[in-house]
Amino acid sequence: MFVYADNAATSKVSPAVLDAMLPFLKDTYGNPSSLHTMGQKAAEHLLAARESMARHLNCEPKELYFTSGGSESDNQAIISAAKVGARRNKKHIITTAIEHHAVLHTLAQLEREGYTVTYLPVSSTGLVTAEQVKEAITEETCLVTIMYANNEIGTILPVKEIGAVCKEKGVYFHTDAVQAAGHIHIDVKDQNIDMLSLSAHKFHGPKGVGALYVRSGIPITVLINGGGQEKGKRSGTENMPGIMGMAKAFDDACNNIDANAAKVGALRDKLIAGLSKIPHCALNSDPKLRLPGNVNFCFEGIEGESLLLLLDSKGICASSGSACASGSLDPSHVLLAIGRPHEIAHGSLRLSLCEYNTEEEMDYILQEVPKVVEYLRNMSPMWKDLISGKKNFTL
Amino acid sequence: MALYTDTVMDHFLNPRNVGSMEDADGVGEVGNAKCGDIMKMYVKIKDNVIEDVRFETFGCGSAIASSSMATELIKGKTIEEALAVTNKDVVNALGGLPAIKLHCSVLAEEALKTAIKDYYDKNGIEYDHTQFPDCDACEHGCHMV
Ligand SMILES: Cc1ncc(COP(=O)(O)O)c(C=O)c1O
Repeated sequence: MFVYADNAATSKVSPAVLDAMLPFLKDTYGNPSSLHTMGQKAAEHLLAARESMARHLNCEPKELYFTSGGSESDNQAIISAAKVGARRNKKHIITTAIEHHAVLHTLAQLEREGYTVTYLPVSSTGLVTAEQVKEAITEETCLVTIMYANNEIGTILPVKEIGAVCKEKGVYFHTDAVQAAGHIHIDVKDQNIDMLSLSAHKFHGPKGVGALYVRSGIPITVLINGGGQEKGKRSGTENMPGIMGMAKAFDDACNNIDANAAKVGALRDKLIAGLSKIPHCALNSDPKLRLPGNVNFCFEGIEGESLLLLLDSKGICASSGSACASGSLDPSHVLLAIGRPHEIAHGSLRLSLCEYNTEEEMDYILQEVPKVVEYLRNMSPMWKDLISGKKNFTL
Repeated sequence: MALYTDTVMDHFLNPRNVGSMEDADGVGEVGNAKCGDIMKMYVKIKDNVIEDVRFETFGCGSAIASSSMATELIKGKTIEEALAVTNKDVVNALGGLPAIKLHCSVLAEEALKTAIKDYYDKNGIEYDHTQFPDCDACEHGCHMV
């Protein structure tokens, strides 16, 4: 059996999305800036795509900028707010310890340029409170950037409350909604969001295309200069097939958001219940206050990369926060931030589901994961020390 | 390109000489849990020859494959031949490892040498201490490469 359970890394382009993209590769391939009929036809579709996405986010079409994806949107939002801050002598930014590297590395660059950044610690389930944000805001704060939902452990953060605090204090609020968009309800007005990043490939759109919402009135810093597309804020001939695919994918995702969340949430809960039976394991983050498709466990005594490779050999695609799996020396900063010790964080497994997954696939995962965990534990000297009582179990 | 060579995947999926050994003549354990890899090697020595060898590993795919390959390289060899096996030999026999995984092969060499050193110590055999890894250095395993 083949089971794709790595939808938080990327998701498949749905058949309907592919159908929406193909005409813009085959027939209507004109440049929306061209004055001829084919170009103008493309321009009309571009406008329709912007209007459709804006409607689902509850913003104005002119407040939505198409980009190359989540990373670019995060970079542009943060740098824009930082530049506004610098002009007003405000060079302090607030974020959390569990952001994606598109945010963290952009902030690290700003720190090198003289900004100060407060990394709010998170609870054992990956939460920060609006109260924490309120206390961290100073006269110098120019931006609060806090993700909508975490990509590793699936925690959904209290964005609306955080946004309200920022509004009250007059500080810009950006949220990286790459994992949330298309999966949970977003309303930028109701949720007090000034800037928001999203990426098509996380909701069955194509890779390399995303969007940035910026509330009108907030000055945007241009990162890519050129022909003045996207109202001069993001140059480059529009990625028409990509944008058409994203708009279709977002429309489908938002129109079916409750049904998908119910279906995927049920699969998730089944996995969580089944995997919890494995001895000496722990679910990361809250069982309920998490993305519908996110399952993340730590298994004591084993290492995540070998777990992934063995699952891959059984046809199961998953992901891990171990150092080896991430290609670095330290395990996931998110797992460390929620208080998992290094040796436990190395043994993590993320399974991320979507509406195309099935009950049968969950049964297969629940049949294979315990076997693979046991197999690896049997060859682990660390596990031996734990069961012989030489070392104490953490989980 | 795949992350690992076919040989690495073969040794990872079908590890040779995996398990523990009740009556080992020497046991060596290196690495630490914090870094995400621990290797333990057991050797059975008779007439100066590594008659049998076993390993247990907590670690990534390349750590398991490196341990497995190292046991193959020393099984049936004299102690001197076994001590001459380096991490490079392990890497070559595996058909290469990604640069970031080279420390796994270093760990395999160290585990093997530490097991032989344990045999020497247990049997009161004189040896050149500089030939063996410094156990304090093992703690820094994850900062290598
Ligand atoms: C939370 C989060 N932010 C940003 C990104 C980056 O998005 P992209 O791959 O579209 O650049 C991702 C996914 O990779 C993500 O999960």
